Amino acid sequence: MLQGWFIVTASFAYIGLLFAVAWFADRRAAMGRSVISNAWVYSLSLAVYATAWTFYGSVGRAATDGVGFLPIYLGPTLTMLLGWFVLRKMVRIARLNRTTSLADFVASRYGKSALIGGLVTVIAVIGILPYISLQLKAVSTSFQILLGYPEIAMPPRAGSMEVMQDTAFYVALFMALFAIAFGTRQLDAAERHEGMVAAIAFESLVKLLAFLAVGVYVAFFMYDGMGDIFARAAGRPDLEVLMTPLGGAAGSYASWVWLTVLSMFAIVFLPRQFQVAVIENTDERHLRRAAWLFPLYMLAINVFVLPIAFGGVLHFPPGQVDADTFVLTLPMSQRAEGLALLVFIGGLSAATGMVIVETIALSTMVCNDLVMPLLLRIRAFRLTEHRDLSSLVLDIRRAAIITLLMGGYFYYLLAGEAYALVSIGLVSFAAAAQFAPAVIGGLYWRGATRTGALAGLLAGFSVWTYTLLLPAFAKSGWLGAEFLERGPFGIELLRPTQLFGLAGLDQITHAMIWSMIANVGAYIVGSVIRRQSAAEHAQATLFVDVYQQTGEPGSSWRGATSASALQTLVGRFLGPARAVELFTAYARLRGVKSVDELEGDRELVRFAELQLAGTIGAASARTMVATVAQEEPLGLEEVMTIIDEASQVIAYSHRLEEQQQELEAATRELKAANERLKELDRLKDDFISTVTHELRTPLTSIRAFSEILHDNPELDPAERQRFLALVIRESERLTRLINQVLDLAKIESGLAEWRTAELDMREIVLEAMNATSAIFKSRGVTLEARLAASVPPVMADRDRLMQVLLNLLSNASKFCTPGTGRVEVRLAGDAATVRVDVQDNGVGIAREDLALIFEKFRQVGDTLTEKPAGTGLGLAICRRIVGHFGGRLWVQSEPGQGSVFSFVLPVSAAAAGAGRLSANA
Amino acid sequence: MRKPSLRAYRIVSLFLLGCLLFNYPVLALFNVGASAGGVPVLYVYLFAAWGAVIALAAIVMESGN
Repeated sequence: MLQGWFIVTASFAYIGLLFAVAWFADRRAAMGRSVISNAWVYSLSLAVYATAWTFYGSVGRAATDGVGFLPIYLGPTLTMLLGWFVLRKMVRIARLNRTTSLADFVASRYGKSALIGGLVTVIAVIGILPYISLQLKAVSTSFQILLGYPEIAMPPRAGSMEVMQDTAFYVALFMALFAIAFGTRQLDAAERHEGMVAAIAFESLVKLLAFLAVGVYVAFFMYDGMGDIFARAAGRPDLEVLMTPLGGAAGSYASWVWLTVLSMFAIVFLPRQFQVAVIENTDERHLRRAAWLFPLYMLAINVFVLPIAFGGVLHFPPGQVDADTFVLTLPMSQRAEGLALLVFIGGLSAATGMVIVETIALSTMVCNDLVMPLLLRIRAFRLTEHRDLSSLVLDIRRAAIITLLMGGYFYYLLAGEAYALVSIGLVSFAAAAQFAPAVIGGLYWRGATRTGALAGLLAGFSVWTYTLLLPAFAKSGWLGAEFLERGPFGIELLRPTQLFGLAGLDQITHAMIWSMIANVGAYIVGSVIRRQSAAEHAQATLFVDVYQQTGEPGSSWRGATSASALQTLVGRFLGPARAVELFTAYARLRGVKSVDELEGDRELVRFAELQLAGTIGAASARTMVATVAQEEPLGLEEVMTIIDEASQVIAYSHRLEEQQQELEAATRELKAANERLKELDRLKDDFISTVTHELRTPLTSIRAFSEILHDNPELDPAERQRFLALVIRESERLTRLINQVLDLAKIESGLAEWRTAELDMREIVLEAMNATSAIFKSRGVTLEARLAASVPPVMADRDRLMQVLLNLLSNASKFCTPGTGRVEVRLAGDAATVRVDVQDNGVGIAREDLALIFEKFRQVGDTLTEKPAGTGLGLAICRRIVGHFGGRLWVQSEPGQGSVFSFVLPVSAAAAGAGRLSANA
Repeated sequence: MRKPSLRAYRIVSLFLLGCLLFNYPVLALFNVGASAGGVPVLYVYLFAAWGAVIALAAIVMESGN
């Protein structure tokens, strides 16, 4: 069944399936129910790291190096652990700044520098070309081998046939179309590709299943388990060496360590890894699951690498079959057609996944950080005046994708045959590692400058080109081998693979050591020889202190434009309709009705810049916004002075903090005191106004009656007598009122005199009852007493206590109905307190008034219709007197059921002590 | 500066453990001719250590949700 047409049909059917997955994910995203917003999908999408290199190349590497392929997967395991710190920080920054790519990220960090963005793009493009060529080589080789079925023959050498007959050329072409269809359908301010991520995650599953299937098949069907393969391999001298490969000829510990470091960088700084891990991340928390799930994926896909490699070497005669193809050729040799096809599809998955994400990421960089800034700067194009640039942006990206794949193809023609798959890929890894100092330094070192980043990137890239890229060209015969062996111009010290005489290392380790020294060295030196500009400093702070920020970053734009101008600008890149949508939503957020009412202030300019940054990158966005808005002229000297002063301020900050806390405490106390004063002042005002009012009432009636008597001398004597009596009574009331006001004032101000002595409460109660018995009799109210025979003495002022009792008794008499009224006085005592109750069967007190009656001048009842029966101060005074002696006065009452006024006083300390003693005895 | 959480310390410790396990000299201890069930000990060790680091990472990352 493995004819050419069948393989091609199956491949296209599979790619069709990928489109279906992508379409489904995009549709769900449009409905707001994202399928990729999920830690599992996120982890699987990270597995785009496992490309054709992993799928075919690891086995090839293992056949010559043993476990030498593993550091490439151990490094990312370590990085993912630190991902919770490093990657999370990058994700946060990327989201706040609407970062679109790695180049955008680096450019943004170093003052939105277009130069840096461009340099990163160039390095990424040149560095990744070998990697893309690796995928093309793997797919075209596997296709040709499968096509030869049932024969197992290695395909002809690259470049040995016409381009138009070369499978790799068509593979490149189809992959370009595929990537274009996936990644450049529309422009969006978020620059996220939900469909792409879903398809990648799906592909990760397919390639894992395919590889595990072939692994299980080789280990358990072709051989008798893993132990069997290794036992047989141990019998062959060429394979036995690979059982203990480290430290020997096959690989040193140094190259092991450097490969680990290299892959630790690659997992973050390869453009496609940055794309899926940072740009396409929907939730920072996904990093937590990815920290173990993604390494687990890599472990699973690597378990069978060694068994397949050894199985292949054992199975095929030496030198006939390339170890890079064992994954495919082993099932083919057993006539397992279905499995062979599955392997081909798995390899296709691995390769297409890589190519799609890589080219989309790179095309975004090429467009946003290389082409657009150039076009926008060249005035002859008058691009800044075009109305709609969105289709131009998309076209640039499409062209970039085609160019990238064609570039990959030509690299394959040029250097593809000189190396095994893994070695080609490692060249790209080393290029991506050049971004590490600039990015990691930029995340944690505030002082890193644009000059430093530029110098570091240039130095690292130059060394990489010299020690890895040129040797690759030389090996393919393009440069001449004597360049490698004798050095340029015959200078042996400058031989690219043994720079300055550093020998004994493999090529990658050698290149990594020199390029990292150059890169980090130049980065540090460049950063310390010059001061940062103000704009750089602003961006550096934004990146380093990203966790301290709450909202979106601040803005240096001066409000000097209109909302409509900005909307038109955004519309040119995102399409006018989308711009209207965005600006209307923004206007609503700011609480105005329409876009026309928006002010062209710095927030709005910043908003527009962010929208543009999401599409064309930070550097271009700044250029574009600068055409309609003016940037705040940041006073450099001023800013630097502030920064210098800031370091001194830090020295004092501790003391300041302490002082501030003290001040705050003092302020709180003062505030509380002030509140209390205000309250007292208000109470005083209330009191005065109430007192004046209460004084006026009796005065008014005295004056009225006096006037009647004065104006009517012929008044009948009985009437005259009655009026005089009224005048006397009102005068008495006035006197009483004044006395009580003075009394209360004295108690409250603490000036009252207290003559405290031990008192027998029973005696005082009896005396009070005697004193009031006349009143009770005259009102026809019965007064009864139920007093304990003896109670412990209390400490109090006799006259004051009498005052309380008299007040309670006269109140009780007042509110009882004459005739049926009945008042009972009870006295009881225990070891700690003495309690007095005065119970009446009068009208009672409404529940809501219970608390009020103890307040000054509060008389219960309708004051309009009923003549007040007292001054309204009595109970207030009573409560204060009882309170003064440590007791409590309260009332229980039901309307119509009468009231019980009760108070308790503590037993005098001497008596209580004696009581306790006697109790103990 | 916020105080690092216990989880942060665990993650860093695990990272350091990984660096130790996947590096010289620990690797050299297993780079010997012996085999376990036919499989070379270096191979067994690398995958076991790798699996252990992943398992610990899963415990650290998923705890306290």
